[in-house]
Amino acid sequence: MPATPDRNAIDVRSVSKIFGSGADRVAALDNVSVVIRENEFFTLLGPSGCGKTTLLRLIAGFDFPTEGQILLHGQDIAPLPPFKRPVNTVFQSYALFPHMTVAQNIGFGLEMLGKPMDEVTARVDQMLKLVKMEALRNRKTSQISGGQQQRVARARALAPQPKVLLLDEPLSALDYKLRKEMQIELKRLQHETGITFIFVTHDQEEALTMSDRIAVMSSGKILQVGSPWDIYDKPSERFVADFIGETNFLTAKVEPAEGGKANAILSSGKVISATVAESLVPSGEATIVVRPEHARVVKGEGHLPGVIDNIVYFGTDTNIHVRLDDGGAFIVRQQNTRSAGCGFELGEHVGILIADAAAQVLKD
Amino acid sequence: MTTAAEIAARAEREDIRKRWLLSTPALVIIFLAGIGPLLVVVLYSFLTPGPYGDVKWEFSTDAWIGVFLQRDMFDDTLGIADAHLSIFLRSVRLSFATTILTLIFGFPTAYFIATRPERTQALWLFVITIPFWTNLLIRTFAVQEVIRNEGILNNALIWLGITSTPIQILYTDWAIGIGMVYVYLPLMVLPLYASMEKLDFRLVEAGYDLYATRFQVLRRIIIPLVKPGIIAGSILVFIPSLGAYVTPRVLGGGRQMMLGNLIELQFGAGRNWPLGAALALTLTVIVTVALLFYVRYAAQSEQRHG
Repeated sequence: MPATPDRNAIDVRSVSKIFGSGADRVAALDNVSVVIRENEFFTLLGPSGCGKTTLLRLIAGFDFPTEGQILLHGQDIAPLPPFKRPVNTVFQSYALFPHMTVAQNIGFGLEMLGKPMDEVTARVDQMLKLVKMEALRNRKTSQISGGQQQRVARARALAPQPKVLLLDEPLSALDYKLRKEMQIELKRLQHETGITFIFVTHDQEEALTMSDRIAVMSSGKILQVGSPWDIYDKPSERFVADFIGETNFLTAKVEPAEGGKANAILSSGKVISATVAESLVPSGEATIVVRPEHARVVKGEGHLPGVIDNIVYFGTDTNIHVRLDDGGAFIVRQQNTRSAGCGFELGEHVGILIADAAAQVLKD
Repeated sequence: MTTAAEIAARAEREDIRKRWLLSTPALVIIFLAGIGPLLVVVLYSFLTPGPYGDVKWEFSTDAWIGVFLQRDMFDDTLGIADAHLSIFLRSVRLSFATTILTLIFGFPTAYFIATRPERTQALWLFVITIPFWTNLLIRTFAVQEVIRNEGILNNALIWLGITSTPIQILYTDWAIGIGMVYVYLPLMVLPLYASMEKLDFRLVEAGYDLYATRFQVLRRIIIPLVKPGIIAGSILVFIPSLGAYVTPRVLGGGRQMMLGNLIELQFGAGRNWPLGAALALTLTVIVTVALLFYVRYAAQSEQRHG
């Protein structure tokens, strides 16, 4: 690895991408800035149409930004065509060349770079071994299964040893079980190769399990960047909290407290301690979020009183839906034990107890 | 008593009979329009020419000898029919050139259309097919108007000072070539478009992503994938070019004959129907050989890629 003064693989600076003009004008990306570090598994997460694929295509060079810069190891690559960027892509559809064999597909990039034939062959062998596809090297890509195609696509993109590997929802076409296997394989691959991965997905679970850091996107903007833990436990905005996992939203009066925390006065008049996103000074009415597993249902009053609406059994967990006395709804998730039942009944008057500092104050 | 096996066998026989019955119209058409006329042509090529056209029902191989050889007027010896040979060669040469040129012009055209948004593709295809609405003869005379000595092309060249005297294009092989490229271009564009329209352009992106330049993407990805279209287009252009009749007649002025004109001559002024039939069959053989060669080549290069 060359010693770089900054360890940034990709530095996206104030990038906007506008499609169409006049009335059809759509800003797919709206002044986006984000830094992706070297050797990082970075995920762009968001619903379809949020701009995540557009950002990936700008980094790959298939589209060019309307405004802004994209730096790769400090060098502006925004004006370069895709074949001059040391960046490779694993496509959602895999885009394997149907008229070539598995080995020819994997060797294509190296061949185009003008590498000598023996080096290409050696590298192809190495890649085939890495993705465990040695036996199928001479098959046409139409003669192998979806999971195998996915492996070939990955090997093909990694063979030229790119500085950054871009993955555009590469697992979305696979069935659940295979997807789980591939998630682990991809994570291992990233670890072994030490290449920066930029992974695009709309699947929040996939993002949480695989990523070092996640950028949550919506309507052409990046809302929050952070570790899976940050994103899940300390969402800064309602959209982020809502998009990732199940969440309870409560309205509360907040006031600053010691240690960068806040006190939140709930509708019931009870006060709980809440964490606050950086750079936010809490005051007045605010929305706070509490994850279902960070609260408990208790007999008696708790922090919020209510009536049990529904009980949903999940195997490992049970979700207890509570209709609050203030009219809101609240879901509590509790782990199941061997002793039967969750200990509550429909229509029972209960209280909800929120764990200390489990609540998070949102920006809006 | 009928067993289940017998019932099944009878049902199968009935099924087979029904299938034959259903395919009868197709078989009748294939025979009446395809094999039948071909047999008539083969028969005529072995008969003797009648005095005012038509044939006398006497067996003769003179027509077939006349395709390749000619009797010397003075000493009655047989020599190679130079005139026929040069017409064969011109036909093959011009058809080959037409195929290559329509491919060169048609490929970017088809690519352009296939890469337009879906709504505009239909419009472009429509524009490509417009010339078909005009009679071939009229279109060919229009080409004559453009390339004749006092025509638009020569006037423009003189006005631009590129040449001081008109360039003789009309009544040369060049004129026939230009005319055929113009007439047959849509036949190349349409099958090429049909292939390219099915092309997954994400593969092109994948090519660029893997460091292939534009030219390499064209050679290594686009061309191999649209090869069925290239083959179909080439066949559709080459075969009618070989038999072309109107275009060489109008633009070649009767002096630069192609096979089609030679055949027409035998059935018309030449009053030698058997020779015309033999020449027509020779054309069929040339086409068949060219097709076999092409298919062979296509299969081979397919294997090489595989």
